[in-house]
Amino acid sequence: MPLLKIENLSKSFGGLKAVSNLNIEINDKELIGLIGPNGAGKTTVFNLLTGVYDKSEGNITFGDKNLSGLKPYQVTHRGMARTFQNIRLFSDLSVIDNVKIAYHQRTSYSMASAIFRLPGYYSGEAEMERKALELLKIFHLEDKAQETAKNLPYGEQRRLEIARALATEPKLLLLDEPAAGMNPQETQDLMNLIRWIREQFKLAILLIEHDMSLVMGVCERIYVLDYGMIIAQGAPDEIKSNPKVIEAYLGEEVV
Amino acid sequence: MGKWMNRQSLVTILGVLLIYGIVQGSIFMDVMPPFVALTLIQICIYVILSSSLNLINGITGQFSIGHAGFMAIGGYFAAIVIVKFHGPLVLALLVGAIVSAVAGFLIGLPTLRLNGDYLAIATLGLGEIVRIIFLNTEYVGGASGFSVPKTINWTWAFGLTVLSILVMRNFINSTHGRACISVRENEIAADAMGINTTKYKIIAFTLGAFFAGLAGGIYANYMYIIQPMTFSFLKSFDILVMVVLGGLGSLTGSIVGAIVMTVASAALAGLPEWRLVITAVLLVAMMIFRPTGLLGTKEFSLSFLGKKGDKNAASKN
Repeated sequence: MPLLKIENLSKSFGGLKAVSNLNIEINDKELIGLIGPNGAGKTTVFNLLTGVYDKSEGNITFGDKNLSGLKPYQVTHRGMARTFQNIRLFSDLSVIDNVKIAYHQRTSYSMASAIFRLPGYYSGEAEMERKALELLKIFHLEDKAQETAKNLPYGEQRRLEIARALATEPKLLLLDEPAAGMNPQETQDLMNLIRWIREQFKLAILLIEHDMSLVMGVCERIYVLDYGMIIAQGAPDEIKSNPKVIEAYLGEEVV
Repeated sequence: MGKWMNRQSLVTILGVLLIYGIVQGSIFMDVMPPFVALTLIQICIYVILSSSLNLINGITGQFSIGHAGFMAIGGYFAAIVIVKFHGPLVLALLVGAIVSAVAGFLIGLPTLRLNGDYLAIATLGLGEIVRIIFLNTEYVGGASGFSVPKTINWTWAFGLTVLSILVMRNFINSTHGRACISVRENEIAADAMGINTTKYKIIAFTLGAFFAGLAGGIYANYMYIIQPMTFSFLKSFDILVMVVLGGLGSLTGSIVGAIVMTVASAALAGLPEWRLVITAVLLVAMMIFRPTGLLGTKEFSLSFLGKKGDKNAASKN
């Protein structure tokens, strides 16, 4: 059974059909790419998956549960976490607090133990601190744990956003243009990191990306979206030579 | 017990005891001028009010300006328990605070869907509605006011203030407080990280209303009489000014803001026509030179006293 099953998903904004009849299946621990020209509706798909938008039609099944009508925080609780195209960190908070906030839903103690400083508070905080530092260590951010998030260099902010998403302990990680604004070397490092995350955390990853070297290098299967519709799907090599994809990206040949 | 007794908290505890002792001693020896005693109690009341408003405006980032309304609810219900039912003071204060918290919860449910200016306007209106309801209720004296015996003394006021600050500090420095801060920082990201943003907005609003109600109860039981006019929107603005002056998001900032503004208005009591002008000029100057408030979102800390601060005070943002 697939981990995520999207069936006939559609979304209209007034008369504009941003996504129509979308069908995607993702299995456990798969690494899937979602590509397409600007304005194809990729981020809309993410927003539909995570409950930011309500879908117009169709079905999203995650695990064995339907995701209809859930709020974003409930979707996250079910095990789907995301990063954002334009980084959305808690920019005035420290790096470690960014991660601790994401641990809130899994390792929370009661408000009473917080206010009366009962033992639950101390053990809960200690556990969060330990887990957060462990995660930061993986992402080579442990030295900057007390740094304010907005003071990190761009590449580290991207890494922190991924770390924060992982702190929600997802089964499926959605990455929205993780390589945006990175140079080729950083992109190469990111590719290795993405592969490594998948192995280490045993999760499936769906990523939106414009950088073809990254998508082709790291994804097992690729869906190509154009004007809200899937125009091609398959292994990277098939996609590369698919005339429809070339047409969508480069335009038709004029004879 | 090393968690409780580091050097910093020891100094804080000693400082708190010292302040209490000096004031209580001078009251006991009858050397405290009544005007100073009044100002000190007012400082206590305003410290509770500003830090509880800060919980909503500064920590959770929801701009509410109807705090006087919750203060009125707490004050009137505490007074009703004392005057009409002859209940004990503790019960009266508790009833006032709880009724105010319930009102905050019920008002928060619909209004916290609004944000920014809209929430400010809605809360401003609600504060006025509360005042006008009390104004037109003969049971509590209407416009002429409601006489309440004076049962609050310095020990009560100071003790309750310290307790309130402690509870709020513990709330803010916990995962629940961090959840509130994440709503302020970036609501969309907070939602995506699994924080139930509506729930935490309502929790902050309810908790803020609870302490505003408590402050209202202290006020009612100290001032001999409460009148609806006291709880006009000007009072809400006074509290807001203290929060902004101290720094939105800083608990110690709110305490400093409340002390500065109360002392300033007491010092300027001799020239009432200039009081508002001077405070306004002060505020304008501050908005130009230090728009984040005296302390910004930072907390005043005694960490220079010890090598390491309280490790559990996590979000020292």
